[in-house]
Formats: sequence, C-alpha cells, structure tokens
Amino acid sequence: MSNIPSELKYASSHEWVRAEGDGVFTVGITEHAQELLGDMVFVDLPDVDDEVDAGEDCAVAESVKAASDIYAPITGTIVEINEELEDSPESVNNDPYGDGWLFKVKASDESELANLLDAEGYKNSIDED
Amino acid sequence: MTSKTVLHAKHLEAGAKMVDFHGWEMPINYGSQIEEHHAVRQDAGMFDVSHMTIVDVKGADAQAFLRKLVANDVAKLTVPGKALYTGMLNEQGGVIDDLIIYFFTETEYRLVVNSATREKDLAHIGTVAADFEVTVTERPEYAMIAVQGPNAKEKTATILSAEQQAAVEGMKPFFGAQAGNLFIATTGYTGEAGYEIVVHNDDAEALWQQLLDAGVRPAGLGARDTLRLEAGMNLYGSDMDETVSPLAANMAWTIAWEPEDRDFIGRKVVEQQRADKSTDKLVGLVLESKGVLRGGSKVIVEGGEGVITSGTFSPTLGFSVALARVPRSTGETAQVEMRKKLVDVKVVKPCFVRNGKSVI
Repeated sequence: MSNIPSELKYASSHEWVRAEGDGVFTVGITEHAQELLGDMVFVDLPDVDDEVDAGEDCAVAESVKAASDIYAPITGTIVEINEELEDSPESVNNDPYGDGWLFKVKASDESELANLLDAEGYKNSIDED
Repeated sequence: MTSKTVLHAKHLEAGAKMVDFHGWEMPINYGSQIEEHHAVRQDAGMFDVSHMTIVDVKGADAQAFLRKLVANDVAKLTVPGKALYTGMLNEQGGVIDDLIIYFFTETEYRLVVNSATREKDLAHIGTVAADFEVTVTERPEYAMIAVQGPNAKEKTATILSAEQQAAVEGMKPFFGAQAGNLFIATTGYTGEAGYEIVVHNDDAEALWQQLLDAGVRPAGLGARDTLRLEAGMNLYGSDMDETVSPLAANMAWTIAWEPEDRDFIGRKVVEQQRADKSTDKLVGLVLESKGVLRGGSKVIVEGGEGVITSGTFSPTLGFSVALARVPRSTGETAQVEMRKKLVDVKVVKPCFVRNGKSVI
C-alpha cells in the first residue's frame, strides 16, 4: 500500500497539496501516481507568474510508459517551480512528497482547499480505482 | 487465467511488479526500469524469457520443410549450432512471426518463436509440416534466461562447470551449443553481448539464483523493450504483423532471394513488391528535444504520412527514439503529431545503440 501522508490534501487526479503559509501551497503527485506512471523521464512545468485555475492542466509528467497531465488543484499564481526536475526527473519517483515536488502556487481563494480530499478520502478514491 | 513461468516466485522474491503479458504473468520491472536498462548496457542483467516458445523440428525432410516455411534459407547453415533470424510469412507476404532457427544437422533444428503468437504459429507450422517427413515438438519443459550486457559472459562463466565453459569458449555471435544440462546461445534482444540459456524447468530457479549471486541483475519487460528498441530490433505485433510486408519492416536482410527456385511461402508477393518498390520502409526517428515519441503517432513526411510503430525514451541517449513505417520517399526529416502539436524529428537508420554506444 502506498504512502499517503495525513498532513496533506489531495485531488482525486493524484496531486497532493501542502500548505507552506502566507497562502502558498506546494503541489506534487502522489506516491500512488508515480507508481502507476513508472520511471519519470521529463517533467514539463508551468512558468512562474502563470495564472492557473483549479482543475486546469498546467504540467505534464512524462514517464517511460505515458505522458500524463497534471492539474492545478487550486486557483492562483505559480510562484516557484522545481527546476531540479530538469536534470533529475527521477526525484518524482524516489521522493514524491519531498524533492519530487513540482510547483508552488499562491492561492487566490483559500476556501477552495475545502474541495480537496484528506488522506482518508484520497485513500478511498484510489481503492475504488 | 494467466500462465506463470517457473521463475515466478523468484520474481516476487526480487520485488517484481508483475503484469499480464499476452496471458503470461511477467515482471515489468523490479523497481526501476531505467536502472535495469543501464545495468544491461553497462554491466549484466538477466531476463526471464521462459514464456517464449521452443519448438524442435526433426526428420528426414527437416531442411526442406524449413526452406518452405521461412523466408531466409536454412541451407545457408552448415556449421552445427549456427543460428538464423528470419520471418515466417503467409501467402500474402505478411509476417506471421519472426523467429530464430538453430541448426544442428540437416535433420535437426530448434526454433524459438514468440509467446504472444504461440497458438497461430504452432497451427501454421503444423499445417505446413503435414506435407513433409518431420516431427514438430514443442518443449514446454524448458525455461529460458537471457543474460545480457558487457559483463554478461564473464559473470555467467563463474557459474559454469569446466565442461560447460569449454563448450561456449570463443563461441561466435549467433551460435548455440548444448553444454551439459544447458543449451547456451550467443543470441539476444538487447544489442549487447551475452547468452540466452535454455534450462530444464527443474533447474531454472537454481540457475537464476546462481546468476543473481554472481552479480547479474534481474531486468523486466520494460527494460527489455527500451533495450531492443535502442538496438533497432523489431517487436512482433508492433513493428510488423500479418498485414505488413517484411520489406516494410527492415527485414529484407532476412529474406534469401537465391536460389531463385526456392519457393518459400509468401515469395511471389514479396518478390513482386521488391520489383515494384511498392512497400513503405521502416526508419528510425530521433527527437532531441523534450517529449517522448509513442507508438501509434502519425508521422508527416513530404508527400505523405506514416506511423510510429514503437517509440520510447532512450535511457542510453537521454532523449526519445522511435521506429516508424513511412513512405519510401521519406528524406532526412519528418514531423510527428505529439499531444496535438507537430514536432520536428530527424530520420535515421533504424538502429540507435550497439554495444553501449550511440550509432546515430
């Protein structure tokens, strides 16, 4: 069973969200998602200052198996991207909740967080798959 | 109900992620397919290929039968143990399967065919064999382990008996020899040196463990696919099938046109295609920017279009490569439809990596 940290929020499309304070949230993909995708070979990230809407595809994770869209879990502005992934996309596999983070978004409406799943809810959603 | 090879428990022990591969439960990887790929290019890896079908052909007409059955000519084989790669065609000149034939004597050969095509292959072989004095025997009591990589032979040597070592000592590429309880061949599907070892089911687990202890790393079907694609080796069902001419699948070299009176199945059609230059051709595509070429994508070339038959990220090269079937007129560049955008790619010969090095 894959690791689903209880302090994070989740989208059913397999992104995780961590609150960093000041309305900034770090986004990555879950351990379950990277297991499904297999070895990551390229990660196409949005640009800093891009405006993203909740549910909008804003990045692409390309693995040996497939290219997979990544959706913005919340609406806001991209304030930082993980540039390390350019040279080491395998971090998404090896440390999906740590070094494998994708981007940080400054939320325009923090109340959207309520629409995301908690760890228990995400676990149930992947059990149904 | 999926079949399992005798090495199934060893795969689970090694942490394999198992998938259904044409009815066989096989390891796709043991953690990281890219690390397994590098192990084969840089050191030594091993694949369970026991799902492949071994067929022995014996009898007075064995040579005549195979000269009818396949497009290459087994009469070229005169040294015991020598192997031949070829296609088995239908009357329409499509490829029923690709296979390796080992020659022992003119009355004794061994065929290794694909697992996904086992039933239709056996049916076709049986039908053709009916007109010849031959017996065709499938050998499911044997497992097969492919040990591949620059250090594969050296590491395998550490677990062979003196007698077995003598049997394979100095064996040239594309040969096989019975060495005690093992049939050891210098064949493979990776573009690296190494062996394919046929072992009785009862001894397969022990052999796997010995190779593991000798430092050979298990590698799954994922790495097998990226390795063979880098090496420009066809995958049946992707790069060719019954609707594809061998001339459109980079298999012209596996057809023996001489002698002209050898009437192998499919000859008339492919001979005409050859004379008319009417088929597409198989080329390599290289994408040096980000993104991965995928099988099924449309390829646009000057004056026509083609299709990617196999595409992947090449771990050795660090970018994506693909095999594509395109019009004969295709030049040095093409465009591929990727995620709704057209991307420029280079067109090269369908071979990208040999013996650990780029050949583009």
